[in-house]
Amino acid sequence: MLMSLAGIIFGIGFFIVTQAQTSGFEQFFIRTILGTNGAIRIEDKFQDTIFAMAAAGHNADASKFEVAADRSARKYIEGVEDPERITDALHKFRNVSGVSTVVEGSVIADSSFKNDSAKVYGINLADHLAVSDLAAQIVRGAGSLEDFRSSPQGLLIGRVLADRLQLGPGDSVLLQAGTEQRRYRVSALYETGVSDIDRVRIFMHLGEARSLLKKTSGASFIQVALFDRDRAPMDALQMESVLRHGAKSWQEREKSWLEAFRALQISAAITVSTIILISGLGMFNTLAMIVIEKTKEIAILRSMGYTRSDIARIFIWLGAIVLFFGTIGGWALGAGVTYGVSMVKLPIRGIFRTDTFQVYWSIWHYVVATISAAVVVMTAAIIPARRAARLEPGDIIRGTSQ
Amino acid sequence: MATNTNSIVLRCENLHRYLGEGEGRVHVLRGVSFEARRGQVTAIVGPSGCGKSTLLYLLGLLDQPNDGSIWISEQLMSNSSDLDRTAARCEHIGFVFQFHFLMQEFSALDNVMMPMRKLGRLDEGQMADRARMLLGEVGLGDKTHRLATQLSGGEQQRVAVARALANQPSIILADEPTGNLDVKNSALVFDLLTKLAKENGQAVVLVTHNPDIAERCDETKPMRDGEFVRK
Ligand SMILES: Nc1ncnc2c1ncn2[C@@H]1O[C@H](COP(=O)(O)OP(=O)(O)OP(=O)(O)O)[C@@H](O)[C@H]1O
Ligand SMILES: [Mg+2]
Repeated sequence: MLMSLAGIIFGIGFFIVTQAQTSGFEQFFIRTILGTNGAIRIEDKFQDTIFAMAAAGHNADASKFEVAADRSARKYIEGVEDPERITDALHKFRNVSGVSTVVEGSVIADSSFKNDSAKVYGINLADHLAVSDLAAQIVRGAGSLEDFRSSPQGLLIGRVLADRLQLGPGDSVLLQAGTEQRRYRVSALYETGVSDIDRVRIFMHLGEARSLLKKTSGASFIQVALFDRDRAPMDALQMESVLRHGAKSWQEREKSWLEAFRALQISAAITVSTIILISGLGMFNTLAMIVIEKTKEIAILRSMGYTRSDIARIFIWLGAIVLFFGTIGGWALGAGVTYGVSMVKLPIRGIFRTDTFQVYWSIWHYVVATISAAVVVMTAAIIPARRAARLEPGDIIRGTSQ
Repeated sequence: MATNTNSIVLRCENLHRYLGEGEGRVHVLRGVSFEARRGQVTAIVGPSGCGKSTLLYLLGLLDQPNDGSIWISEQLMSNSSDLDRTAARCEHIGFVFQFHFLMQEFSALDNVMMPMRKLGRLDEGQMADRARMLLGEVGLGDKTHRLATQLSGGEQQRVAVARALANQPSIILADEPTGNLDVKNSALVFDLLTKLAKENGQAVVLVTHNPDIAERCDETKPMRDGEFVRK
C-alpha cells in the first residue's frame, strides 16, 4: 500500500514536472516568435484568377473565409503595394495591437575586417517596437536603442552577424545593394536567440532602406501584433479576404515546431502516466490480496449486520486515502521539482535564447495529473471493493468452519 | 412486538437446503421445522455432517433455504432481500461461532462495539460503556484494551459472546461455541450464555457435541441426516 502511495506521488509529481517543462519551453518559443516575427505577417498581394473567383462565387452563401481558403488558384504579386491603406485597414481590426511596415532587401555588409551577406529591414522604430520585443533584445552594454532612434545612419545588427564582421557599437559598416553603396554606423547589437535572425538581420530606418534598396513605395511585408494571440489564425483568414493580401499567422508559420512541441508534451504525458498506471496495478493487487486475506473478517462484519455497501466502502476509502495523500504529495513534489528545475542553468541558442530551464506554471497540469490518478486509483479500488461486497457470508463461514 | 403470549421469536417451517453443484449436490436439510422462545436455551445435537451448522446459518439469515419459511419476531424473512436480512441480523441476531472470529487488529472493546456502531442507536460514550459492561460480565473487565491476538482462546470466545450480546438481540445462535475450549472454559462460556439469556429474555439456540452441555439445556433437539428425530 505504501509502495502504491509512493508510486502515485511520483506519478503525479513527474507528470506535473514534465508538463511544466515541455509547455515551459513551448511557451518560451511562442514568446520568442511573437517577439521577432510577430503574430501575423501580411505579404504579397494576390489577385484571384478567373477560376478562383468562379469557385468562390459559385456558392452565394459562401463565407468570406472560403475565398481565402483556396490559395492554390491565386496569382500572387510580391510585396505590399499600398502599405498606408493596409495599415489603416489593419487598425480597424479590434484584436490588432500594433502594425509595422517593413521594407526588406539583401545586401552585402562590408566591415574593414571582412564582408558577409545580410538582410536589411527598414522599419519605423516606434511602430516596430509595438510588434516585437526588439527593445528587450538589445544586448546589454552593446549600444543603445536611443542612439539608433536619434541617428539616421544608425543600424541594429544581430549579434552573430556582428561577431562575424567583428563589429561593435560605434563602428562603421558599408552596405551594398545592387550598385548602391552607403556607409552606416552600428548603434547597437541585438540578440533574439533565433540563429536564423541573429545571423542575417540588420535593422535600419525605413527611409534609409527605401533609398538604399531603391524601393520608394510599397513594402515587403507588414508585421502585425495582436492582443489575443490565439485568435491569430482566424484574424489572418479575415485579413486575407478583406485586404486581398496573403496573411500568415504565427501558428501557420511555425507549424512544424509547434507540432514537435505538442508531440513532446503528449509523449511525456504518456510515459509518465505509466508510472501512475503501474502504481494503480500495484494497488489493485494489494487490495485484491486484502479481500482474499480478509474474507473471514468480511463474513463476520456481514453477520453482524454490515451491508454490502459498507464492505465496499472500506475498500473505496482505502483507495480514496491513497489518492488523497498521493495527490497532496504529488502536487508538493511536482511544484518543488518544477521550481528546482527552473533554477537549473541551461544556455540554449538556436530557436530561442535562454540561460535557464523554462517552466510554465499551469493549474491544468495539476488537474490533469490528479484526474488521471483518480481514474486509475478509483478503478483499482472499485473492482476489489465490488468483489468483497459480492462475497456470501454463509459460504465463507461454512468454508472456514469445516 | 416480541412480547407474544408464547414469546416465540424465531420460527421455521419445512426448511430444505441443497448444497453443492451437479453430481455433488446434496440434500442437506430435509424439511426442518423448529421454534425458539424467549429465555429458553435449545441445544441441537447430532452426528457430524447431519446439517446442524447449515440449519443455524439459515436461521441466522446468513444463507437462504431452497424451500420453507423462516419468521423472526413474526416477520417472514426467508426470502427477503439481502439488505433486509442484513438489517435483521444487525438488530435481532447475535452469532457465536466455533472459532471466535474476532477482528485481530482491534481491541476487545472495539470488537464488542462493532455491532453497536452499525446499529447506531448509542453515541460513542454509551457504546464504550456498554461494551465495558458486557466485557465485565464475561469476566474480562481488566482486559478491555487488549488486542484480540493478546487474548487466550477462551478469553477470545468470551469476547465473542459479549459481541453477540452487544445489540441486545432477541436471538443468539451459537455454533459449537465451546468446541475449541477445555472443560473449564467450556463450562464458563456456556454458563455465561445461559445466564445472560435468562436475565435478558433472549432465545439461545446452540449446536453442541458435548453431552454435559446438552444435558443442561432447556430442550435438546437431536438431528440425523437433515431431519429432527424423536429421542
Ligand atoms: N459446499 C458444499 N457442497 C456440498 N456439500 C456440502 C457443502 N457444505 C457442506 N456440505 C455437506 O452438508 C452436510 C451438512 O454440513 P454441516 O456443516 O451442516 O454439518 P454439521 O452437522 O454442522 O457437522 P459438524 O458437526 O461436523 O459441524 C455435510 O454432509 C457436508 O458434507
Ligand atoms: Mg457444524
